[in-house]
Amino acid sequence: MISSINFIYLALLPPLLAPIFIFIFKNNQNLRDSVGLIGSLISFYATINITNDLINGGSPTLYLFNIFSDLSLSFKVTPLGAVFGLLCSGLWILAAIYSIGYMRGNNEKNQTRFYIFYSLSIFGALCVAWSSNLLVLFIFYEFLTFATYPLVVHKETDDSIKASRLYLGILVGSSLMLFLPAIIWVWYSVGTLNFADGGILNNTFDPVYAPILLSLFVFGIGKAALMPLHWWLPAAMVAPTPVSALLHAVAVVKAGVFSILMVICYIFGPEFMNSSGSGKFLIWASTITLFLSSVIAIRKNDIKARLAYSTVSQLSYIILGGAIASNYSLIASVSNIMMHGVGKITLFFCAGAIYVSTKITKITDLNGIGHKMPLTFIAFSIGALSIIGIPPLGGSWSKFYLLLGAAQSELTIIIIILAISTLLNTYYLLDPVFRAFFMDKNESVKSVKHPLTVYPALCSAFLVILLFFYIDPLLQLVNLIIYLP
Amino acid sequence: MIDLIAIENHLPALQVVIPLLLAPVAILVSLPFLSWLVALFGSLFCLYASVSLFFQVSEFGKINYFMGGWLPPYGIEYVIDEASSFMIVLISLMGVFATIFAYQSLKKEINKKSQSKVYGMWLLALGGLLGLVTTGDAFNLFVFLEISSLSSVTLVALGSKKDKRALTAAFNYLLIGAVGATFYVIGVGLLYSVTGTLNIADLTIKISELTANNSVKAGISFIIIGLMVKAAIFPLHIWLPSAYTFAPSAVAVLLTATATKAALYVLARILFTLLFNADDFTVIILQWVLLPASIVAIFFGTIRAIFEKDIKKLLAFSSLSQIGYITIGLTLGTASGIMASFIHIANHSMMKAALFMGIGAISIQLKKSINVDDLKGLSKSMPVTSISLTVVILSLLGIPLTIGFISKVYLLKAVFSHGNWPILFIIVLTSFLALGYAWQMIENIWMKQPGDSALTINDDPKIYIPLVALAVFNILFGIYAYPVVNSAFNASTAIFWKAL
Repeated sequence: MISSINFIYLALLPPLLAPIFIFIFKNNQNLRDSVGLIGSLISFYATINITNDLINGGSPTLYLFNIFSDLSLSFKVTPLGAVFGLLCSGLWILAAIYSIGYMRGNNEKNQTRFYIFYSLSIFGALCVAWSSNLLVLFIFYEFLTFATYPLVVHKETDDSIKASRLYLGILVGSSLMLFLPAIIWVWYSVGTLNFADGGILNNTFDPVYAPILLSLFVFGIGKAALMPLHWWLPAAMVAPTPVSALLHAVAVVKAGVFSILMVICYIFGPEFMNSSGSGKFLIWASTITLFLSSVIAIRKNDIKARLAYSTVSQLSYIILGGAIASNYSLIASVSNIMMHGVGKITLFFCAGAIYVSTKITKITDLNGIGHKMPLTFIAFSIGALSIIGIPPLGGSWSKFYLLLGAAQSELTIIIIILAISTLLNTYYLLDPVFRAFFMDKNESVKSVKHPLTVYPALCSAFLVILLFFYIDPLLQLVNLIIYLP
Repeated sequence: MIDLIAIENHLPALQVVIPLLLAPVAILVSLPFLSWLVALFGSLFCLYASVSLFFQVSEFGKINYFMGGWLPPYGIEYVIDEASSFMIVLISLMGVFATIFAYQSLKKEINKKSQSKVYGMWLLALGGLLGLVTTGDAFNLFVFLEISSLSSVTLVALGSKKDKRALTAAFNYLLIGAVGATFYVIGVGLLYSVTGTLNIADLTIKISELTANNSVKAGISFIIIGLMVKAAIFPLHIWLPSAYTFAPSAVAVLLTATATKAALYVLARILFTLLFNADDFTVIILQWVLLPASIVAIFFGTIRAIFEKDIKKLLAFSSLSQIGYITIGLTLGTASGIMASFIHIANHSMMKAALFMGIGAISIQLKKSINVDDLKGLSKSMPVTSISLTVVILSLLGIPLTIGFISKVYLLKAVFSHGNWPILFIIVLTSFLALGYAWQMIENIWMKQPGDSALTINDDPKIYIPLVALAVFNILFGIYAYPVVNSAFNASTAIFWKAL
């Protein structure tokens, strides 16, 4: 039996070292493209073992060395981090297969560079997931921004350069100007940045300033796309679809909400959140974001842009759960990280598959396509229904718990807004499905089959269904966060 | 063995004397390669001397070396403590890197005839700077100030083969530098007239009894202004941008990494050692002179850099703003602020030296000064240089895992513990604005299609080796920051002993 320390190595090294092999094999397409897949399998295997260890009462840690005298570069898997880690490394397998199909089907240039930074981004996301203190989290948060930059600017056209400037400007600007000062503030006033169960601010931090600190955090973590810092996400959609799928629906944006949840759970602590009343403004900020972005999503005709705004909206569901900071709402947030990730990656896989086969990017052009690509649209429907929150699909759990949490905290207006938002979700996510299956065919559209882009979508759609019935391990993990010893 | 021990004992003098003595040798051998070997030997010896002094100090504590055996306050004293040993290691290390870089670049940029003379001046500058930071005598400090300035001026003027404007730049530098040095010596004269001593340690004690004396205040003001000229602190920086731009590439590397840093160190030492008892007056200088100057420097430098197209000038303006960060650390007047300044002194040397090397490597091949547009498509023609430059630019921006981040964290932490919110805001805002000038370089290097001129250039291992080494340092000390941080901490406590 290998100890769990080795498993953290085993999970982190494949995405870190894969770029070297990708570079070595850059002239052999098959060998190069399989590096990512092999890496993802190893990494996922290790992540499962880490999670098992955690559920069985272990505490997987990896200490490297001290960065500063009182802070170390080390990793410690928290239950929250285990969920995020599972999500990233698990979906990386599907995305690795998918990107082979997509990049070849589309004849994209600079594929070697693409795979190198794709893999580095996963490394960044996993390091964020398992960071043991706020500084390490920040370091890899920024690492993730810069590792995804070459992917966003991949096409090197003027449009993508412009979009990537916005991407970098908002993400780096917010993290430098708000996130970093917030970290330094905590460091200075508490003396440590280590994540601890139940938070570290209790007793040492003046509750009067707590809302200011929290707002520095939530707006500083631009990756969570809380309005008005959400612009970068639609802009980032110029990237190739595998990037939008794994990174801008799962790894990067979830790294954002994950960081916020880490701050709420392990820096503030749910108790201090409620006693200091710092969550109040956040409840409203996230509710406004989730509602407004649903409204904007309806008006978007570009498939990826609509999905991007849907992501902005769903991220705010997660932040809302954290802001309420009750047991049920935290369960909702943590499970939505998983459920929305799997659901949204399905939708993006489908959008990319549609683009590779037919070059369609507009929703109004989808009419009648469903008969040519039935499997793709079945997967799309499953993903969409899950995000809306219809049982028996995974996403229904998180919506259920969020409503329960809101009801428990007697937030009636929030419940009404959530209901309206769900209606909007239903409209804008099912609209493409409806057009594809029930509108008249457009005969001029030709489609080419690229099976490698379709099967990953089906797999993740299947995963969506599976997660509804197999929710137990997830709840076990969440219980570790909420019911402290 | 006996000889070796004798050398060990005299290292504080030798690390200054050897480069000064080797300077005429380098000129006399008059073969470029041999002169370069002499210069390399000189700089390597300095590195050996400074590193062994550094370890001696960290093991046995402060070293007071009496030149010629004459005891202070009459003789000249050299003081090697944690702070000055930190500086000599930095200066001689960067000196070695710059010297390695110099051979190839000077060969292309300067007439064969004058190359030997360059190495002579080069050694003089190096020796002068090492003397500047180690001497414990106020007048001797003036001498070294002049040695290093005059040799730097000559070095800048030698850029005239490439661009005639180097002559005016050098002339400006000479005039302003001379005014600065004169101010310094007037200040020393005033202090001498009151106290009757030139030894800095002795002055410190005597001044503490004379805090209300106006001659002391005037003298100190003159000294500080003189040093501000040397350290290129706004608004006395005007010699810096054109000097860095038109100097030969290797000279820009040497000056940016060592000259202003040495002056900043001397300024810090005067502020916190000499003035440690003249409390109110120090506070006035820090709060009402240095602080506004550094804030304006940060904004001015950053904004000028954003609109500057000539990269060397852009880097010079960026240096101006980075010097502002260093002086902001000093103005806090706390041990942690001084520590942040020391960290940034070291880190900024490593970044800017590498940047000037990278840009120099390109300009040597294109045989002209480099615009931002000339970087287009560089990743295809010079991949190694491109990667190194990218790493260093990220470091300049203060991205995590690079030394720039370490500097930023410590500076922010120092500002935070001082409770000065507006300054905190200014620092984070300007470090974000720095994206404006830094990112256009990265975009041009990686995203744009190459222009015509780019096709003729390629990587040259003989030039990029020191650049790559520095880029590795930028990451290495960004991840494993302990050595720099720890010695900066020791240096700050040595300077700021009031706090103990």
